[in-house]
Amino acid sequence: MFFSPLISKSDSVSAIMLKVLLALLPGIVLYVWYFGPAILVSITLASLTALGTEALMLKLRDRPIMPFLKDNSALLTAWLLALSIPPLAPWWMVVVGTAFAIAIAKHLYGGLGNNMFNPAMVGYAVLIISFPAQMTHWIAPHGMVISELTFPQQLDFIFHDVLPNSDTLDALTMATPLDTLKTHLHLDQPMRQILDMPIYGRFAGHGSEMVALGFLLGGLYLLASRIISWHIPAAFLGTLFVLAGIFHLADPAHYAGPLFHWFAGASMLGAFFILTDPVSSPTTNKGRLIYAAGAGLLTYLIRVFGGFPDGVAFATLLMNICVPLIVLYTQPKVFGKKGSQP
Amino acid sequence: MRPAVPVGNDNMRKLYHFHGGIHPPSNKTQSTRATIARAPLPAKLVIPLHQHAGETAKPVARVGERVLKGQLIGMPDGIVSSAVHASTSGTITAIDMQLIAHPSGLPNLCATLVPDGKEEWAPRKTIDYRDHSPAGLQHLLRMAGVVGLGGAAFPSDLKLSLDKHKITTLVLNGAECEPYITCDDMLMRERAAEIVQGAEMLRFMLDAEEVLIGIEDNKPEAIASMRAAVAAGGHQRMEVIAVPTVYPGGGAKQLIRVLTGIEVAAGVRSTDMGVQCFNVATAYTIHRAFAHGEPLLSRIVTITGNVLHPRNYEVLIGTPIAELVALGVALPDTDSYIMGGPMMGFPLPSVQVPLVKATNCIIASSKKIFPPSPPVMPCIRCTRCADVCPADLQPQDLFWFAQSREFGRAQAFNLFDCIECGACSYVCPSHIPLVQYYRFAKSEIHAREHDKQLADKARIRHDYREQRIEREKQEKADKLAAREKAAQAARLADAQPLTAQQQAEQAGIETSRAHIRELAQSAVEHADEGTTK
Repeated sequence: MFFSPLISKSDSVSAIMLKVLLALLPGIVLYVWYFGPAILVSITLASLTALGTEALMLKLRDRPIMPFLKDNSALLTAWLLALSIPPLAPWWMVVVGTAFAIAIAKHLYGGLGNNMFNPAMVGYAVLIISFPAQMTHWIAPHGMVISELTFPQQLDFIFHDVLPNSDTLDALTMATPLDTLKTHLHLDQPMRQILDMPIYGRFAGHGSEMVALGFLLGGLYLLASRIISWHIPAAFLGTLFVLAGIFHLADPAHYAGPLFHWFAGASMLGAFFILTDPVSSPTTNKGRLIYAAGAGLLTYLIRVFGGFPDGVAFATLLMNICVPLIVLYTQPKVFGKKGSQP
Repeated sequence: MRPAVPVGNDNMRKLYHFHGGIHPPSNKTQSTRATIARAPLPAKLVIPLHQHAGETAKPVARVGERVLKGQLIGMPDGIVSSAVHASTSGTITAIDMQLIAHPSGLPNLCATLVPDGKEEWAPRKTIDYRDHSPAGLQHLLRMAGVVGLGGAAFPSDLKLSLDKHKITTLVLNGAECEPYITCDDMLMRERAAEIVQGAEMLRFMLDAEEVLIGIEDNKPEAIASMRAAVAAGGHQRMEVIAVPTVYPGGGAKQLIRVLTGIEVAAGVRSTDMGVQCFNVATAYTIHRAFAHGEPLLSRIVTITGNVLHPRNYEVLIGTPIAELVALGVALPDTDSYIMGGPMMGFPLPSVQVPLVKATNCIIASSKKIFPPSPPVMPCIRCTRCADVCPADLQPQDLFWFAQSREFGRAQAFNLFDCIECGACSYVCPSHIPLVQYYRFAKSEIHAREHDKQLADKARIRHDYREQRIEREKQEKADKLAAREKAAQAARLADAQPLTAQQQAEQAGIETSRAHIRELAQSAVEHADEGTTK
């Protein structure tokens, strides 16, 4: 027996997820360009872990394995998580974070479509709380530090925790632009002097700002292909812009400007790829605006006044909690009940 | 939410927008290449007595009776009902339960008519509608079996009873938004003048001011033909309007919105808001009924899909679908037949079922034309469904509530505003048969409400019974109390001081009573002695 409608648009969950993965590519290419191929190692590692964990969980839950493995959603979680953690993080951290994201944050909530929290951000939160030291293993961009690891040396470090004799970890890695700013502001250095440091580029971090630009490009592709709607990126980046603008105008010596906040940290990744996860974000347009504005506010507060280097992950998780409530109170009026009669 | 946006058109008229909608491939051109043909008289007609919304018509022909073309064989029974007629002259050979075109696949009462091939008409009475009252005309339509030909088959006469509402606008629906279906398109191309005259009759009955004829802009020939007919007939305040092609733009509510800006909410009748809407084919049928005295005996049907010769035919009501399929010549890989369009139609239980008044299209289906849906995946809340919903609903939430049987919440989220157009399922990347979930939830709620009504009735009956028993008890107690009171009053009266004579009399009575008692006592004692001895 079959039911109407008998025709359907040729689209699928796996095609949607694949497009999101493709949209990440410009950012990843720029990542490799500026920071070397180590990120590809963590992406591969996370992908393999995600697929393995997904298959295992599906088997435990007695669900069909192949259709779900092919939906690309586990891969997307893996990529987002890998892009959120330092490329030189030890291999087991990538594995633990990804496995936690898939097994706990996704499948224990009921699998695809049922997770209340963004799985990648849950994985990130687990890692930054459990292993804060390893989560600072950010590679410096090319030409920023005296010695740079070759790719085999990076692999050696990721998998065996071994550095070449001449090198120390401090010489190879550096704090993120957001972290550096926070540290130096604490030391009462003036903003202009801090931003003159070689780690900073045109808007934010040297190299990392270009990666953010890559994510912005991918995000625009997602908008154009109607995978995501404008509401979440606009409200998130808008709130961040306005807040940073107000503080910056009021006290430029202590607060970075709006463009810095746009291109530093995970702003662009969050705006277009993380907050827009359909499963864990609101389903109403008004709700999306509220949700993303809330995330923008929390991101700014955590970055500027909180203890963590970036705020996107926790802002996302905190707003995830609010989604059911937001959706309930932002139901659109239905046909004929809008009071917009001519 | 979205303000009334004028849509670009060549009508110089402000059109309005409704939320959502989809653009499926139209597949209409296949069946519009040839003109409407008349289907040959079949060897046997099976005429269901329930072809309309409401009550089944009461059969008024006998088995074995010879009937004439247009003769009444089913009398409307109840307020919501319509007449059924012999589609041609011949003999009624059976009146029994037969399989009909219904999604349930259940049989229904049908009259089997074997045509004699003479096409001998019953007396036809043409009328000038202007000489009649709207109420009289309504009765004529009811007896002519005129129902909405857009798909719902709702008795047209009922849509003309107005409860004193003033109708400003009569909307004529020629949008025909479902893919594949072209019966209205071809009717408008070929018989525009009669449609327009039918519209004039509808306007008269509704006392409507203006007539707006909405046709989707993918039917330029129909638009031109209808415009020419309006101009040629010199009809005032009647306008043919090209509306944007978007599914479900042909839904009555959606078309009313596009043409007038008025949104008719669920549960509200459009006449309350000064608008009424009829299908173009219904207007045509009304013209046939008044100007030619012909009841509804045939209609235009599209045969298309996996057939060699897609085309529109004028077919007698009751013709087995198989005859139509033979005219179209179905291709060998045809595996089923759909009645209606691919968005809202349903597969026929058999091609032997008869064509009814609501049959607008038969699509021969094959795996190539309608490939089986890919496996269903979980909902990822992407809200593509909400983006295309013409009723501004949240289909992803309704799905969730239907799936978890939270029917109360489904209703709170306006489940009954859903028009089941299928746009949500069409775009769902998880291929969830959403409409099926909504139908399930609706029928469950209806069943529960029915049960609740029965339970309420039973409870009310029980309450009344309890009250009655209580009342009767009370009445009995009251009666008893009253009687006791009366007795007491009597005793009190007795206790009143007696006159000397009365006292003497009483004393006398008492003395004789004592004497009698003594005698009786001794008698008993003697008797006892006698027995013990």
